[in-house]
Amino acid sequence: MRKFNLLDGLVVPLDRRNVDTDAIIPKQFLKSIKRSGFGPNLFDDWRYLDQGEPGMDNSSRPLNPDFVLNFSRYKGAEVLLTRSNFGCGSSREHAPWALEDYGIRSIIASSYADIFYNNCFKNGILPVILKENEINRLFVETLEIEHYRLKIDLSEQTISLPDGDHLKFEIDTFKKKCLLEGLDDIGQTLKHKNKIRDYETHRQQLKPWLFLS
Amino acid sequence: MAGKTLYDKLWEDHLVHQEDGASLIYIDRHLVHEVTSPQAFEGLHIAGRKPWRVASILAVPDHNVPTVADTQISDPISRLQIETLDKNCQHFGINEFGMHDIRQGIVHVIGPEQGATLPGMTVVCGDSHTSTHGAFGALAFGIGTSEVEHVLATQCLLQHKSRNMRISVSGSLQPGVTPKDVVLAIIGEIGTAGGTGYAIEFAGRVFESMSIEGRMTVCNMAIEAGARSGMVAVDDKTIDYFEGRPFAPTGTLWKDAVKEWKKLYSDEDAVFDLEITLPGEQITPLITWGTSPEMVVPVTGKIPDPETMPEDKRESALNALSYMDLDPETVVSDITVDKIFIGSCTNSRIEDLRDAAAVVKGRKVADNIMLALVVPGSGLVKRQAEQEGLDKIFIDAGFEWRNPGCSMCLAMNDDRLEPGERCASTSNRNFEGRQGAGGRTHLVSPATAAATAIAGYFTSANLLSTRLH
Repeated sequence: MRKFNLLDGLVVPLDRRNVDTDAIIPKQFLKSIKRSGFGPNLFDDWRYLDQGEPGMDNSSRPLNPDFVLNFSRYKGAEVLLTRSNFGCGSSREHAPWALEDYGIRSIIASSYADIFYNNCFKNGILPVILKENEINRLFVETLEIEHYRLKIDLSEQTISLPDGDHLKFEIDTFKKKCLLEGLDDIGQTLKHKNKIRDYETHRQQLKPWLFLS
Repeated sequence: MAGKTLYDKLWEDHLVHQEDGASLIYIDRHLVHEVTSPQAFEGLHIAGRKPWRVASILAVPDHNVPTVADTQISDPISRLQIETLDKNCQHFGINEFGMHDIRQGIVHVIGPEQGATLPGMTVVCGDSHTSTHGAFGALAFGIGTSEVEHVLATQCLLQHKSRNMRISVSGSLQPGVTPKDVVLAIIGEIGTAGGTGYAIEFAGRVFESMSIEGRMTVCNMAIEAGARSGMVAVDDKTIDYFEGRPFAPTGTLWKDAVKEWKKLYSDEDAVFDLEITLPGEQITPLITWGTSPEMVVPVTGKIPDPETMPEDKRESALNALSYMDLDPETVVSDITVDKIFIGSCTNSRIEDLRDAAAVVKGRKVADNIMLALVVPGSGLVKRQAEQEGLDKIFIDAGFEWRNPGCSMCLAMNDDRLEPGERCASTSNRNFEGRQGAGGRTHLVSPATAAATAIAGYFTSANLLSTRLH
């Protein structure tokens, strides 16, 4: 997995609450059996004026000029600033795949849906949680200052603002370690393979009906 | 020391190892479908790994399958996804109910139907509606594709324990009020993020009197309240439900299992981090008016006015009303409907179909309804309904009687809304574009969907009877 340590990235503000994973990547693109190539269809219904289907040449589709990702000042953004309960709804990991493929490395919001939050860490994306008033401040500054960038330091758990101010954020120790070191979860778990076997054997003796096939 | 909640008991029973605050949890049953598994199997192949315990896996195609009899999948991309599932299952020797198996259906319908998901199990699936299986005292939750691969490779998941929430619905329900109305009322009350970080136990008199299928409807939508898992304690109904199911134990194993299952309840002195109580009598048939499942009003009510809402809700409400093409203060029963969808992992079980058929019987679908679909949750639900003559009731009224699958809940097959069309749907999500780009979804119970089909505008089964008599 891709490591995450320091990011100095351009911020794009998506001023909506409850952005669901159907909006992040609509269902017609879930038919792919690959992990990559979802970026051009990130926020497809909002981003384009026509109806997107798999296999289309996205570069020739009409863009929605009112959608924030299409504003030239936010081109190349790596930080998505948004509102509460981001990523609610479906468990589709295609949502973080699409964000990552588009170039988003970190998201900043006041809260996330649980499954989406977990899925981000599996894909090298850092979902930062800040307080509502801090989020409000970042929205104001992003709108006021062109090419607004933030420096996100995972090991220090800080975000540095252009005026020199710092915001602290909390993150679970284990998740932080995995992201900093780019650890392969499965490899980590298989270190405990004997423990899993022992548990399983014991369970099978105790509750054999769970092992019927 | 305080007692344990049902969730605490299930969690502790599956704990393999703890490290840095993360817990390794053992998974008893892994359900797999075609949309969220191909990349996980590919990951296994690349790493040269094999599934840890093949017998724990049950696979079924459901999201992409056509619901019109004997149709091949016209879309080559959908077809490839289903063929990929078939191929992966064959390669690893995984039990799969293929597209033409009578047992095929929506993964969350067939699991309990087969007894493949049982009380006391941990159940996961690459699908957020896995919370359904909590209805019978299982710890069940949806996972992403990386986690699907993790469970395939290790039979375990790295998790953080959620906090405990109990939602009690006291008293009893009025006639004509269904489990779908109960869960919509709960989401309306706590909001779509109200359950984030929690495991929710549903309790109280209303749940005690509710059928297992009704409990599945409620637990199914726990995720719509933000909770990865919802659950109900085991009682005699739970045990009766599973007796004789194909994957359920028999003989002495059955007796031993039942003894264990009877321990699956929250201790009287268990402490919950959050307790919420709703009086059952106050719940009425509900409908969603917006693009989030928390935007609910009674069928007898009016569309709310965003100007009267707190500031943090106003903008979302304005967006929703604009997308739904509705004005504040519109009387709900003045809103006409284009399509009806009865189906999905929320409401496609035999009881749901019976509820809807009871309303439809001897009546005709209104002229303005362009399409009224009934999509049973599984081949076996379909067969049961046909044995009871429900198919005839629906067909005589002007409904289409289809083959099982996820269908118009998320429109990955050919069943969908066209831009601007309005649908009364028994599914679980009313997000923008969920049932087809530009489509407008109103979530309702099967009884309300049926009554709305007959009236042509939103109405409940009770109101429909009053109108006709």
